[in-house]
Amino acid sequence: MTIIIDTGNRIAAKAAIMAKPAVVAAYPITPQTTLVEAIAEYVATGEFKGDYICVESEHSAMSACIGASAAGSRTFTATSSHGLLLMHEMLHWAALARLPVVMCNINRVVGPGWNIWVDENDSISQRDTGWIQFYCSSNQEIFDTVIQAFKLAEHEKVVLPVMVNLNAFILSHTSMPADVPEQRIVDDFLGSYVPKWKLDIENPITFGNIIGPDYYYKVRKAMQDAQDHARKLIPQISREWKKLSGYYHGDLLELYKCEGAEYILLSMGAIGAESKIAIDNLQKTGHKIGLARVRVIRPFPIEEIIALGKQADLIVIDRNISVGLEGALFSEVKTALYGESEADVHGFIAGLGGKDVTYKDIETMCTKAMKGKTKHQIWYGVEE
Amino acid sequence: MKKYPVETSISYPKKGAMGKTGNWRVFRPILDKTKCVKCLRCWVFCPEASIHREKDGTVSIDYEYCKGCGVCANECNVKAILMKREEAEKK
Repeated sequence: MTIIIDTGNRIAAKAAIMAKPAVVAAYPITPQTTLVEAIAEYVATGEFKGDYICVESEHSAMSACIGASAAGSRTFTATSSHGLLLMHEMLHWAALARLPVVMCNINRVVGPGWNIWVDENDSISQRDTGWIQFYCSSNQEIFDTVIQAFKLAEHEKVVLPVMVNLNAFILSHTSMPADVPEQRIVDDFLGSYVPKWKLDIENPITFGNIIGPDYYYKVRKAMQDAQDHARKLIPQISREWKKLSGYYHGDLLELYKCEGAEYILLSMGAIGAESKIAIDNLQKTGHKIGLARVRVIRPFPIEEIIALGKQADLIVIDRNISVGLEGALFSEVKTALYGESEADVHGFIAGLGGKDVTYKDIETMCTKAMKGKTKHQIWYGVEE
Repeated sequence: MKKYPVETSISYPKKGAMGKTGNWRVFRPILDKTKCVKCLRCWVFCPEASIHREKDGTVSIDYEYCKGCGVCANECNVKAILMKREEAEKK
């Protein structure tokens, strides 16, 4: 193991090339640019031996990954915000065609107004595409999750694309130490990619052909079953990686000081990391509160959240808004609890447009919820 | 042939994998063998492989799969193929 100090983007690039994809196709967009530049550097130094395809748009980047993956290649790309949105059609395609593409998405605000800072509306609005979605909270977790993403995507009971999300600038451009294992460990963990099926002139088949309603219905059900398998596999893969690398960032949730808690905070991404400091401070002042950082939102951690709802009242912070309803995590947590728990669920919107969310802000939100003042969702920092 | 277990849209090559596409046709290509010079342009250009080569060098049209796109008639230099609207089935 070697400790390197670098930005989230460059550590993601390091993990991606250590997984040895045969094809990377990408188009630059702030704040993802330094990630794909780092891969270009690895092409120049010879450390990346696959094909790097420079395309004319994100739609083409995902299309190239789909083609390469269908031909049996391990495939990686990265994007952000409007780039992810331009891929939207092909995100559905990659998932329905059951292609294990791995992609980093740097969570950035959707315009207008033009804004390059963090919120999670870009990836949250892709929840229904069939992609598995991870949210990272540190550069170490980015490295480990990118490696785990390939293992999960390519598993014969999953065969679905995986999106690894990291927050713009707070993670993408901030240098932090990350412990990078020897190449041999990654090679042993992932093995070489053996596609379950592929375009092959020895066995000619057509992908993406017309299918009738009955069969299409089965295709959708098979995707749902694959996500259910992924839900069981994520803890196994996290623990297998822990044995090899020593690093573990939780399963679908990362539970932090939840023992005996009467309130549990749920948050994601960089706010999830900041929340730990808030929980430490609140516990010091006698509050019985813990943290469940949501690491995976698809597949949704249904059973884990029901268990939390049976233990404690829940507080949810969303750095996204499903306009016309509420924050997506708030909605989905309540959905998971329906008929299973009587827990109160308090919701906050915070940090949209890259507005800073400090541990003090998180403490304030938690304190408000613990006083029982919030049932409906509150726009933190706007309501005063 | 190898069959794959993953539930997605895969089709395996066989004649008429999409069913009898001839019933999509609105215009029917009619070949006049007296004009045909056996150049095989229609056979080359047919996107659905619905023009068959016969042993004597002439061609015939497979109406079970011909969708009536008219590419053959357009490509025929001697106008040996004409497109004629399909008539409604007589009851």
